Amino acid sequence: MGLTVTTLWWLGHNAVASLERHGLSLGFGFLKQPANFAIGDTAWLSFSPENTVGRAILVGFLNTALISALGCVLAIALGFFVGVLRLSPNPAVGGLARAGVEVMRNTPLLLLLLLLAASLHGLPPAERALHPAPGVFLSDRGLILPEIRVSGLTVWLGAATLATVLLRRALGRLGWRVAAMAAVASVASLVVRPPVVGVARLDGFNFAGGTTLSPEFAALLAALVLHQSAHISEVVRGAIVAVPRGQRDAARALGLSRFQVLRLVTVPLALRAMVPLLATNCVSLIKNSSLAVAVGFPDVVSVLNTVGNQTGHNLETMLMMMVLYLSLSFAVAGALNRYNTALLARGAPAR
Amino acid sequence: MTAMIGVRRSFATPLNTALTMVVVSVVAVLAIPLARWAVLDATWSGTAQDCRAASGACWVFVGHKASFILFGLYPAAERWRPESALLALLGLIVMTGMPRCWNRWLPVAWAAGLATAWGLMRGVGGLPVVATQEWGGLPVTIMLTAVGLGLGFPLGVALALGRRSRYAVPRAIARTLVEVVRGVPLIAVLYLAVLVFPLALPPAITLDKLLLVQAAVALFASAYLAEAVRSGLQMVPQGRMDAASALGLGWWPAMRLVILPEALRIVIPSFISIAVGFFQDTSLIVIVGLFDLLNTARLAAQDPAWLGFSTEAFVFVGAIYFCGSALLSRYGRWLEHRMAAARRGSEATR
Repeated sequence: MGLTVTTLWWLGHNAVASLERHGLSLGFGFLKQPANFAIGDTAWLSFSPENTVGRAILVGFLNTALISALGCVLAIALGFFVGVLRLSPNPAVGGLARAGVEVMRNTPLLLLLLLLAASLHGLPPAERALHPAPGVFLSDRGLILPEIRVSGLTVWLGAATLATVLLRRALGRLGWRVAAMAAVASVASLVVRPPVVGVARLDGFNFAGGTTLSPEFAALLAALVLHQSAHISEVVRGAIVAVPRGQRDAARALGLSRFQVLRLVTVPLALRAMVPLLATNCVSLIKNSSLAVAVGFPDVVSVLNTVGNQTGHNLETMLMMMVLYLSLSFAVAGALNRYNTALLARGAPAR
Repeated sequence: MTAMIGVRRSFATPLNTALTMVVVSVVAVLAIPLARWAVLDATWSGTAQDCRAASGACWVFVGHKASFILFGLYPAAERWRPESALLALLGLIVMTGMPRCWNRWLPVAWAAGLATAWGLMRGVGGLPVVATQEWGGLPVTIMLTAVGLGLGFPLGVALALGRRSRYAVPRAIARTLVEVVRGVPLIAVLYLAVLVFPLALPPAITLDKLLLVQAAVALFASAYLAEAVRSGLQMVPQGRMDAASALGLGWWPAMRLVILPEALRIVIPSFISIAVGFFQDTSLIVIVGLFDLLNTARLAAQDPAWLGFSTEAFVFVGAIYFCGSALLSRYGRWLEHRMAAARRGSEATR
């Protein structure tokens, strides 16, 4: 105890001394200084070098949030698909899925990321872009996809639907009804103001219309999704295999069809076992998104690192990085604990 | 025979036949260009010009750069030193894998082997000194993994015991350390070790970057190992401790002789999967500018004389990572089967 305190004091004392030697002071005042560096990819917020350091970090954070959200959704979707494929009684299907999973699980994520980034940068220029599907282009500018623009009305109604679903407890018995009404209204708004689909076309040396994913973003997203989905597919497979055979047999004996057994018995039981592991997989995807540094995608770690190197406030930026990731991990851990408690309250299967 | 069953199952029903055909066509669409790239159109001998003329992979480049990718910037005349260090490390790892060698001499062998490997790489006893900045490639990857796990293991056991301590202070320290390290990405820990930790030392002490990174990897490993050990400790029935106390053993002897051996045995499979993860994760040291296997491959591909062959370099190191990880996982499964068989055996005699 005494030793720990003494060591910590000694380290802290040295840190303060070396900061003084470099003419630096502790504090977060540097967040208000102009950033003086550009950020290539920005989601939602615009950014220019005259903006403050604080805004730069916020832009980086939004980039991390965007790639993590997209990555988690896509990785879970692909992981489910591959996990189910692996259970196929058809050896060809199962074997192909297994080969893919083995390659992903036995090579480092960073290797995949660097390989994808190098291949994307090695793609032909825009005027000779690969054109694998209508509206989809692959060139050294990145991945260009069709853009679906929904009206503002739909966005608001969709947000309202989500809010009512989340707040259904507070709304009491009316909760689901309100949510259903909001959902119907948002679907109706799609008919009243139909979404516009913007397809990219070549305009000179670049593309006009559509959404562009920069090569860095596309490489990072693809690498994260491919790598994590391999791990998720194992979780999915394990959870489905772990559903006791007797449960399925009993459901069949009650006269449920194969599809009903899957929908009403196997999937709900498997999901219960899966959710905590899916959440930890999402957390590790979010932590892995910090590999953005290696390909130059401006995520929060990369921006904080740039800021630390430029201003010399490495201590503060590191602190921000740690707090950010720790609060995320703790939030997920807390949510999982609540989920498990709720599950026990509802009567989880006896183990 | 099993192949025949597999083929029959693939065509059991019309739906299965259709699925098999889909898979076969997908494989064909992927595999034919891949085979053309990797084998048929590939360049196996010649120069960079020959490679550029051909449309396939440039294996000449890999052959030409293999030594650099495997051993990095280490002076060419002294390559026998990292080579023998690598052999020593691999020998130690193979030895660690054999249950027959699990005795008190194993740590001694590791200490001796590591000292030899380090002495060879660094240069002692008249050998020219090679600074750690020039170390690179496979020996660095293997050393970071093995030493990181080796040092992380006792620390992890200590942290796991700390988390179950009767006293609040060690419990709090162990818990904070484990949760913080597990809650942040490895990159953050590496930055912390390389950028921030040196600030907290008096200016007279400058630590080697490789050493700092090695310490960070060991710390990171210890947190993950601690969680595995803790779950093993939880699985040991309370009766064991009671029985040990009844025999007159104190807390430490009971832990050392009864509880820990049983708990550690339970979690060997998780140790193996943690080891596979760390073998791959050491590649992240690219980001703090050290030259592990992945970084030397990246550098090799940036040689102006051989531009444009990064895929070949990555495929080469990817194959090394794949073999290492797959072998380790397979070993883990073998060990699990062996232990399950031993348990069944002991239950049968009971």
